Amino acid sequence: MQKEYKTLTEIAGPLILVEGVEGIKYEELVEMTTASGEKRLGKVLEVNKDKALVQMFESPQGMATEGTKAKFLGHPLEIGVSEDMLGRVFSGSGKPIDGGAEIIPEKKLNINGAPINPYSRDYPEDFIQTGISSIDALNTLVRGQKLPVFSGAGLPHSQVAAQIARQAKVKGGEGDFAVVFGAMGVTFEEAQYFMNEFKKTGAINRSVLFINTAADPVVERIATPRLALTAAEYLAYEKDMHVLVILTDLTNYCEALREVSAARKEVPGRRGYPGYLYTDLATIYERAGKIKGKKGSITQIPILTMPEDDITHPIPDLTGYITEGQIVLGRDLHQKGIYPPVNVLPSLSRLSPTARKVTREDHEGIFGQLYASFARGLEVRDLAIILGESALSESDLKFLKFAQNFEDRFITQAENEERSIEDTLNLGWELLTVLPRNELKRVKEEYIEKYLPKTKES
Amino acid sequence: MQQGTITKVSGPLVVANGMKNAKMYEVVRVSQEKLMGEIIELEGDEASIQVYEDTTGIGPGEPVFLTGETMSVELGPGLLESIYDGIQRPLALIEKEAGSYITRGIDVPGLNYDKSWDFKPTRSKGDSVVGGDILGEVEETSLITHKVMVPPTIKKGTIEDIKSGSFTLKDVVATIKDDEGKEHEIKMVQKWSIRRSRPFAEKKIPDTPLVTGSRTLDTMFPLAKGGTACIPGPFGAGKTVTQQSLAKFCDAQVIVYIGCGERGNEMTDVLLEFPQLKDPNSGEPLMKRTIMIANTSNMPVAAREASVYTGITIAEYYRDMGYHVALMADSTSRWAEAMREMSGRLEEMPGEEGYPAYLGSKTAEFYERAGYVSCLGSDDRSGSVTVIGAVSPPGGDLSEPVTQNTLRVTKAFWGLDAKLAYKRHFPAINWLTSYSLYLDNIANYWKENVAEDYMQVRTQASNLLQQEAKLEEIVRLVGMDALSAKERLVLETTKSIREDFLFQNAFDYVDAFTPPKKQYWILRCILSVFNETSKIIDKEGFEIEKLLALPVMGKIVKSKEYAAEDIHKYEELEKEIIKEVAALA
Repeated sequence: MQKEYKTLTEIAGPLILVEGVEGIKYEELVEMTTASGEKRLGKVLEVNKDKALVQMFESPQGMATEGTKAKFLGHPLEIGVSEDMLGRVFSGSGKPIDGGAEIIPEKKLNINGAPINPYSRDYPEDFIQTGISSIDALNTLVRGQKLPVFSGAGLPHSQVAAQIARQAKVKGGEGDFAVVFGAMGVTFEEAQYFMNEFKKTGAINRSVLFINTAADPVVERIATPRLALTAAEYLAYEKDMHVLVILTDLTNYCEALREVSAARKEVPGRRGYPGYLYTDLATIYERAGKIKGKKGSITQIPILTMPEDDITHPIPDLTGYITEGQIVLGRDLHQKGIYPPVNVLPSLSRLSPTARKVTREDHEGIFGQLYASFARGLEVRDLAIILGESALSESDLKFLKFAQNFEDRFITQAENEERSIEDTLNLGWELLTVLPRNELKRVKEEYIEKYLPKTKES
Repeated sequence: MQQGTITKVSGPLVVANGMKNAKMYEVVRVSQEKLMGEIIELEGDEASIQVYEDTTGIGPGEPVFLTGETMSVELGPGLLESIYDGIQRPLALIEKEAGSYITRGIDVPGLNYDKSWDFKPTRSKGDSVVGGDILGEVEETSLITHKVMVPPTIKKGTIEDIKSGSFTLKDVVATIKDDEGKEHEIKMVQKWSIRRSRPFAEKKIPDTPLVTGSRTLDTMFPLAKGGTACIPGPFGAGKTVTQQSLAKFCDAQVIVYIGCGERGNEMTDVLLEFPQLKDPNSGEPLMKRTIMIANTSNMPVAAREASVYTGITIAEYYRDMGYHVALMADSTSRWAEAMREMSGRLEEMPGEEGYPAYLGSKTAEFYERAGYVSCLGSDDRSGSVTVIGAVSPPGGDLSEPVTQNTLRVTKAFWGLDAKLAYKRHFPAINWLTSYSLYLDNIANYWKENVAEDYMQVRTQASNLLQQEAKLEEIVRLVGMDALSAKERLVLETTKSIREDFLFQNAFDYVDAFTPPKKQYWILRCILSVFNETSKIIDKEGFEIEKLLALPVMGKIVKSKEYAAEDIHKYEELEKEIIKEVAALA
């Protein structure tokens, strides 16, 4: 039997203390009914003898200790899932907001999921061609990977994410695909941008959207990514779809977490974020992957904005320790008008060594060569700022030119330009012709013979 | 069974009362679902319990059952090739019981008690034995012979009975009567508490290198068998790749690999790759010498705390048999964070950055379990446990407490550098800040086994790299033209050391492992260019460009592709260098 209590004694931000309770379980879902009859959801954060500390998923605005009833529902927060979710838009707490009917659930799932047994995982190795050179050649994305975009306020991360979602292809890989989109605390325009993108391309029919905008309750954001991932897991592992999950903006999520932690008066870790931020983020990111014996997969592209573009800030820092690489967007590139402004040096895809083996034989070598040459070119550029170009040696000048070409032709591409992996690699070889041949130490001799375009000099 | 009642649940922390008879670190079973937990604080009849599984749905009023045992691991044949979670539950069995996800309340044995092993006694009835003595052998895998030992708790005794043949872990294989007349039944399995180190006769100074095949590590910053090393680095700098290459190529006999709070896909990668990779010495799959402990970042946080202890206890057990064991813990920061989380929930007074005040002592205690020891027993065998701990400092800032506490107790420091990683210089180990305090201990070994002047060659390379750092500052200020020919030569030599020697591709199987002799020769050839040129550099008409254009320079670049047996090729290369350089004068 469900019990109802009127014994609320304290409301502090998103936290409510209910006393005199009995038989309460940790993580149990709570439904609060205000005096005016509104219903709001929360969960049990801690139980201590007859006291339950409840964290609300919705705004506590207008709630009073008098007159509010708390009903403990005996199960954790669940979401009803069904294939009919495709093409629908939900609020950050999982209610339909597109004016359509309620979903008739096929089953109800706990939004926290359960950790995948590492032994049951299948190693991701299907190369996803995004059509973006700086990603395909240098930070190869793989099905089942979690590859975040580290961005800054005002950078075109939404466009990059939308371009990836639009162009992502797997060679010879059939099977249903779906996009699950979770927005946490983003502006109305940004949410609208994605919706329009999905509508324009027709992808909306294959998408499930969970939208919590900046105007929606802060604490709701804690549930949003988990709802999105639960829906994604259902589609991937029970309906055999390849699901791309885009989550934006994780920074807002972490701030919501900090708010709850502060309200609980916990000992803070770095910059006031709770000490368990790493563990908490891991329970989101680690839900990407592939499972042995299941056809579907979950690929995650979480987007976060680095406060002050600082990559050592706890949110990008802890994210980088969990995810399989990161795509870093650079403000200076953006200001130079380069799109996509992918800052390739700090960007990384940890799963790319396996993927590079299946794309083309020369990928491994040219990957290292482009990186090393571009890094050297940038060093030379720094040097030239201090000493002037006239002080540079002949080979330095060549690297300088290479770096310039690399930015202008390899990184830069149009928002609707889709390059195949072969085109991307060939373009890389073409750029390398600027360099002295004895500097190509990272590529094997046979591939130089085979792929390096013959110039007049050689 | 004794039981108490839950009064409070807060994440992985459960408080129960009615626990008067409970002991510290006793294992308990929480609620009817029998979740595994461990007592970490006692006050009156109230016990604080860290629970190794998810506590969703647990509430006050539910029972807690005492087991009377401390947190222990089961040690016996069958450990090798296993992959466990943090509390020694085989992940394969969990999959069988619960499917692809790890659900709660799964109770599976750490070892297979039904499998039969061939036990061959090495001692006979009537022999007098002491604790640690080997009673018999079991071929555990094609690489490792498992030694069944007299448990260290038995001081001295006589073998009353010893069997031979095929037995399971449930069977008694020997009976020992100790000096007090008490009889002990010996099975092939023993239990050991994970928080107590296993005893040994005496610790020795580590003086044999752990050969890793990594040119940067072996030549520049070597580690000794029984030593400790710390690899701190920001994300993306290659901690995991370094740890995994060590697990693949180092010359320890048994590998314990702990994935502590790390990525699930990385563990899968190891799981798929290791059975494919062959041990360079025997040609057998590497998995046959490996034990893995995988507690990924999304698995319960308390089990992460336990996982490093589970791992090191298993490592000590193989050490006791007389093996050289290498343990990789990736990453110890997650272990420290797990401690911090529990400490916070216990409302303890925090130390630096919220970490508990006992972080330093716990870290030291863990690394001190490494060492080169004479094992217990009368046959004077020795074994070692080498510990290599990765640290993930937030923001790459090495002044944070976990790194600092680790540096205090480890003797080799391999500092990974984001800047090198950005240039894709791997291993991204910074040669200016890294160090090894084992250089002197193992100098003799290199001298006797590789080359008389190994240390001199290494020192010269290291000095040149130090000079390079200074010269680069000058170049940055006034340009390359301001340098003298000698200084230019230093820069060209160090460029070669960096690109042709230190840089190593972990994903290329030929390049990934370089035996010490080959390492020595590559470096010697690079340095001979420097030494020979130094002789003629003051002569009229010498130009550095002419030196760089010599055909032999291209050969040095490719010299790491020579097979390890072809040392004569390097000798020829050196002769060519001497000849061509001399011709420049």
